[in-house]
Amino acid sequence: METLIDIDGVGKTFTGQDGEQIIALEGTDLKIGRGEFVSIVGPSGCGKSTLLSLVAGLLETTIGEVRISGSRVDGPYTDLGFAFQSDLLLDWRTVLRNVLLQCDMRGIDNKAHQPRARELLRSVGLEGFEDKRPFELSGGMRQRVALCRALLLDPPMLMMDEPFGALDALTREQMQVDLLAMWQETKKTVLFVTHSISEAVFLSDRIIVMTPRPGKVREIIDIDISRPRDLNVRDTGEFGAIVHRIRLLFQEMGVIH
Amino acid sequence: MTQPTTEKRPGFLSPNRRGWYVDAFWMLLSLVLVLVFWELLVLIFGFPSHLLPRPLSVVNSVIEHWGTIADNSWDTTAAVLLGYILAVGFAVPVAILIVISPQVERLLYPPLVATQSIPKIALAPLFIVWFGFGIETKISVAFLICFFPIVVDSIVGLRSIDPSLIQLARSMGASSSRIFLKLRLPGALPSMFGGLKVASALAVVGALTGEYIASDSGLGYILLSASGEMNTALLFGVLIVLSILAMLFFYAIELLEKLLIPWHVSQRTHVQ
Repeated sequence: METLIDIDGVGKTFTGQDGEQIIALEGTDLKIGRGEFVSIVGPSGCGKSTLLSLVAGLLETTIGEVRISGSRVDGPYTDLGFAFQSDLLLDWRTVLRNVLLQCDMRGIDNKAHQPRARELLRSVGLEGFEDKRPFELSGGMRQRVALCRALLLDPPMLMMDEPFGALDALTREQMQVDLLAMWQETKKTVLFVTHSISEAVFLSDRIIVMTPRPGKVREIIDIDISRPRDLNVRDTGEFGAIVHRIRLLFQEMGVIH
Repeated sequence: MTQPTTEKRPGFLSPNRRGWYVDAFWMLLSLVLVLVFWELLVLIFGFPSHLLPRPLSVVNSVIEHWGTIADNSWDTTAAVLLGYILAVGFAVPVAILIVISPQVERLLYPPLVATQSIPKIALAPLFIVWFGFGIETKISVAFLICFFPIVVDSIVGLRSIDPSLIQLARSMGASSSRIFLKLRLPGALPSMFGGLKVASALAVVGALTGEYIASDSGLGYILLSASGEMNTALLFGVLIVLSILAMLFFYAIELLEKLLIPWHVSQRTHVQ
């Protein structure tokens, strides 16, 4: 498989308020193939969100470098979609205009992209909500709008930082199914950060298990469960075994005891 | 089997009923009650008219002096508005500069806070030396008294943007100026309006203070001379006119707020 993202010895150290050095991420080597769905799982503070920001060029690496399609990432990489735990929708814009924020932030004409925005909203079940304001929507609906916004310009990659973390359990499961369906159709490369082991196993081709701070890769696990996957796969022995294996890892690291 | 009951529309006198005419009715009723209470107070306790005049005397006094009151209202209003607009015109750019540039912040913030601790009223005598008697002194006091609340609330608003939103915008390739104009500024408006509303009341105080000390025109001046003559009926009358003017100013800012930030949670009607 062709490597799209090459994370080469990447590490990040922050300088704290009192001048102390905080190692958020130790030297990490990782290669992400085109069209792969890769999850990063780890405890709080393990640097997984930092890694995502480094890959997207939003943070500068302290050591090592990130290469996307062979070229070094130097500054924000913009040919991707980003989804955060908070939907970050603007209260003063309608749902449609929120999706079109992609265009407005890049300074491109948003009229041309309106049809695609409407189609994306329709595909996530939000037809008829284009002129509503974010406060009129539930958490799950808002996160769907955020997803549409990330997908508007059809980026080859998606960075997702615990996008379903703020949703209730049922909505979360539905969003996972919807995300997989979308990915199945478009085969984008996805880097997905989550706290939830079962969510990672359900969604991914590979799971990167991180250690507590200072974070580094503990293990990379291939998920051989066949695709397409539906929710029932969560109840199979195969699924449970992988979740169990990862949980054991966390127990070994003292993350849960 | 229980029949579903349809909720009856609250009666006219129910406090749950809404609508501008209902609100006006309650305001009027409350006003009438205050007037009746006032009249009874004077009647029962027999207050002399130079301490607590009857409501009717106040009305008569206003009507009698209407020409003077109207002219001087204009003087005071002009001072209030000019001082306010000047304050907004300077305070908002200063706030923006402080937020954009850490150097500007370190340069401007200490003198800003230092001058804030000086009661503006204490500066009025200085303004008399600089500007003499007249509207410039009133405007200066009004300006100074409004300035700080607007700056502070603007800074708070401009700094209240979610940092993740900035990261999201950067991942979309947005320039710093675009982030500022399209994300930071609109998000700052609710907080800014808090400062603008507070300042609207302060501007009136400032203009009035200027009038007390350094003017021979304006409603403050009438208040002082009415006080000197023990013309309490006129005093009350002017106070009421002043309150109405201040209220109108405040509601004008609220109307502007409703027009500019209809999307904000504070502007949504309360749903029962």
